[in-house]
Amino acid sequence: MLLIHCPYCEEDRSELEFRWAGEAHVVRPENIAAISDEEFAEFFFLRNNEKGLTYERWRHIHGCGRFFNAARDTVSDRFLMTYKAGLPKQPLPVAEKFAAIAEEKSVETWEQTEGDAR
Amino acid sequence: MSASSNSGAFRIKGAGRLTPARTARFTFDGKSYTALEGDTVAAALLAHGVHLLGRSFKYHRPRGILTAGPEEPNALLDVSRDAARRQPNVRATVQEVFDGAKISSQNRWPSLKYDIGAANDVLSPFFAVGFYYKTFMWPKEAWAKIYEPIIRRSAGLGVSPTEEDPDHYASRYVHCDVLIAGAGVAGLTAALSAAATGKKIILVDEQPEVGGALHYDASTTIDGQNGYDWAQATAAKLKAMPNVTVLTRTTVFGYYNHGFLGLVERITDHVAKPTKDAPRERLWQVRTKKVILATGSIERHMVFANNDRPGIMLASAARSFLNHHGVTVGHNVGVYTAHDSAYEAAFDLKRAGVSIAAIVDSRDKPGEAVLAEARKLGIDVLTGHAVVDTSGRLRINSMTVARNGNFDRRKIKVDALIVSAGWTPSVHLFSQSRGKLKFDEANQRFVPDVYAQNSVSAGGCNGTDNLAELIDEAITAGGGRIALSGENRFEWTGGMIGAAEGAGPDHAVKAFVDFQHDVTAKDIRLAVREGMHSIEHIKRFTTNGMASDQGKLSNMHGLAIASEMLGRPIPQVGLTTFRAPYTPVTYGTLINHSRGELFDPARKTPMHALEEAEGAEFEDVGNWKRAWYFPKRGEDMHTAVSRECKTVRDVAGIFDASTLGKIEVVGPDAAQFLNLLYTNAWDTLKPGKCRYGIMTREDGFIYDDGVVGRLAEDRFHVTTTTGGAPRVLNHMEDYLQTEFPHLKVWLTSTTEQWAVIAVQGPKAREIIEPFVEGQDLSNEAFPHMSVAECTVMGVPARLFRVSFTGEVGFEINVPADYGAAVWKAIWERAQSMGACLYGTETMHILRAEKGYLIVGQDTDGTVTPDDAGYGWAVSKKKTDFVGIRGLKRPDLVREGRKQLVGLMTKDPKEVLEEGGQIVADPNQPKPMTMLGHVTSSYWSENLGRSIAIALVAGGRSRMGETLYVPMADKTIAVEVTDMVFFDKEGGRING
Repeated sequence: MLLIHCPYCEEDRSELEFRWAGEAHVVRPENIAAISDEEFAEFFFLRNNEKGLTYERWRHIHGCGRFFNAARDTVSDRFLMTYKAGLPKQPLPVAEKFAAIAEEKSVETWEQTEGDAR
Repeated sequence: MSASSNSGAFRIKGAGRLTPARTARFTFDGKSYTALEGDTVAAALLAHGVHLLGRSFKYHRPRGILTAGPEEPNALLDVSRDAARRQPNVRATVQEVFDGAKISSQNRWPSLKYDIGAANDVLSPFFAVGFYYKTFMWPKEAWAKIYEPIIRRSAGLGVSPTEEDPDHYASRYVHCDVLIAGAGVAGLTAALSAAATGKKIILVDEQPEVGGALHYDASTTIDGQNGYDWAQATAAKLKAMPNVTVLTRTTVFGYYNHGFLGLVERITDHVAKPTKDAPRERLWQVRTKKVILATGSIERHMVFANNDRPGIMLASAARSFLNHHGVTVGHNVGVYTAHDSAYEAAFDLKRAGVSIAAIVDSRDKPGEAVLAEARKLGIDVLTGHAVVDTSGRLRINSMTVARNGNFDRRKIKVDALIVSAGWTPSVHLFSQSRGKLKFDEANQRFVPDVYAQNSVSAGGCNGTDNLAELIDEAITAGGGRIALSGENRFEWTGGMIGAAEGAGPDHAVKAFVDFQHDVTAKDIRLAVREGMHSIEHIKRFTTNGMASDQGKLSNMHGLAIASEMLGRPIPQVGLTTFRAPYTPVTYGTLINHSRGELFDPARKTPMHALEEAEGAEFEDVGNWKRAWYFPKRGEDMHTAVSRECKTVRDVAGIFDASTLGKIEVVGPDAAQFLNLLYTNAWDTLKPGKCRYGIMTREDGFIYDDGVVGRLAEDRFHVTTTTGGAPRVLNHMEDYLQTEFPHLKVWLTSTTEQWAVIAVQGPKAREIIEPFVEGQDLSNEAFPHMSVAECTVMGVPARLFRVSFTGEVGFEINVPADYGAAVWKAIWERAQSMGACLYGTETMHILRAEKGYLIVGQDTDGTVTPDDAGYGWAVSKKKTDFVGIRGLKRPDLVREGRKQLVGLMTKDPKEVLEEGGQIVADPNQPKPMTMLGHVTSSYWSENLGRSIAIALVAGGRSRMGETLYVPMADKTIAVEVTDMVFFDKEGGRING
């Protein structure tokens, strides 16, 4: 079970208190009524679904109730950073960045761990 | 008869650490035995010379005890205290004997000694590995009638208990600085070191006492003391420290993310008469900053022909039974080894007066020290030899020995054979924590390499063999500064993995790799020949390592055999991944308190008990229990619902609407916020008025609906569907916090704060009038869609003039605690006036008669407000709301979308099935073009006919058309109509 740092409570709390809320930094266009179909598709339907470093939203639903942003490595499940909603995409702290890259190199792929090693 | 002989003829006087005076009686397969307190079932039975404990899974071969610990694959027994407290597949090497235990063997019929299933052993050529993937394919019809019933009967190990588990289980959450898994030399030393830093420590060991390998290893001294005594003294010292918790009989079964570990503590399974309030087991959920893994290593068996007879066991197990329990595994014991450690077992047995038939060592050069000691003790050592076969039906009686590469064989009589192929580091928890292993080529073993979490391995599980190094490693791991010295007699060398001499590819013999699943070396080779080249495929094809012991003994052997067969080095073949739990954990512990009523708690309204007393039948709506209908004596559901429907329209009815979701939206920007969240306009709504609102998602589809009352300029009482309340609040919070954070609005869930009593029908006003103070209820002062704060029976209330029936309707909201009292008073008066109580079924019918939609029943997440006939609820003036852009998507504005319409069957008595598909031409070839489906369908007593609502392509342009609903046995003709079936003019609502 993950430990997640709530940037509002300023505490590490158990994953049970949180709920995932999709990709972060997807901005709802201010003139949404006027955007094109392509722009709407980009905004509403298309997500990056990246492997590795991902920026996503979480909600401390069984705690303070706040939505916030998190940088998480989807390979190791490690939370690299959390920060308040509304802040722009934050750069990773340097040490974390290196750890993330190191992790990336030893990515545990299905081919490596479960599949035929040939 | 002395106590010691009483507790078994194989008990050696003066040996072991148990007290002869403390005994316990138990039965095994109906026969009574005496054990010493502290015996495992395995030790107690061995003390009486009982080696045959069960039959194997597939071939029903006689099996005995292989190990002395939790890695045991063979000796699985059924242990019971009473009828309900019976557990199958208990490892005899873990279960402690308690007075009165009833133990029986498994997987045999009619008896352990004569087992019909043993025919499988003779027929084994037909049961080759993977046979079940092939054999039962033909003829197809035979599967359900013949193969499956037989397979089901033979499948599985043991028989599950039939009664409900009467025990209870406890749960505890803890935080600590350092958790140490394993309390052998390494774990205890690490604990001493860590405890010296003042940090909060939890030390865990699965055995009843600390000590680990010191249970069997009697020659090691630590701190100048006998090792085992040092361990007990150290545990006592640690227990006395305020910052240390020592848990024995506790298994760390899972190492999860971020220092989270699952532990199971066994509390009563070893106790003869547990106190009633003692939990059977306790689940510990530990969050720790650091983990020290001191899980030791597990001895491997040798893979040779017929290596599975009762009486063949690991050398360390035999040593454990001797040095801890005072039990010898035989009187004339053979040794087959590839590792020095087995020599020490032979030495201990020899010194205890047991004859050692011979030490057969597959190596040409064993360790010099042990070889010298064997000579000194007069033990015959055959180096460069192999045991190539064994004999004995229910217990080994001889081993056949040959020089490596030589065909000359000779039989040596033995009554037990102890084996060792070396030691496998217990890296299970490390691997669970997502650490990466590396292969130690020199010692043919996997050891921890890259750590994924803040943990460190010390001792055997880290591949550290030398005692002094092990102690240093443990002290460093603990982070404290202590001094400790240890001494052991022999440095061990050697070890092998894979099949031994005589069990290679050229030999068609049964050399077992996985005892629990009956997988032989031959099976693994066959799997490779059949094209399984990945270790994961080999594992699944052969089921090697997939039994409840998770391959603790078999994995490395299986891997080596596969590697040899594939011609690829072991690291390239790879290791299967270890997963939690380390050893089986009872469902009772995992489920814990979440049983019975606590499994999925029911939500009940404040009026629930009163409704129950009125004979209500309830239905589940989410976790809510909602009154469904109120049958009177002799009424079935149809009669009761028909009566309720008529009474509401003729007189009035009382309905419990408390489960309706309620959200208080407050703040200077509240109206603006609702403008953004609902399709309707809210700034135009005056305080004291209500409006029906539709909420769409960004994609334009209906998400929820409900009546919203404006209580003041800055205060709205929002209602949602019963099931939708949590997600609607989450949806609102999401937009408020992240997209519209500039708005000054506060959202509060008030669903459970208000009890809601709906009074609907022509006499509704007359019923509630005497109870209401502070509000004129006349049509003029309080018309349909009004809201007021007033008092009802002196209780502060929010009164809504709303209707979900098409009749005059009021919804009285009072604080939940007053709900029952107000309900009671209103019901008393209503009853005297001829009104009824009605439930959700009647509510559904009455609303359908009026064509009111239910989100989630008539809509399914692909329906727009316009599709539902609620286009009027979408503001044309607003420049923004959630869904404004989605609604303009080409597919959402095209012609021919499915629209909600009414359906009337040509035969008024015919009630359509909800979900029934609708077609234009019932005679068209299949597959037919389907136009839509029936979403709601009821018998309407008020109309004297059936009514239905349906989603139909281009529905509103088909008014008056005849369509068809093909069913399995008939085709039903229907007419497309308006959705409003009753009181089309809508006059009654304002009455």
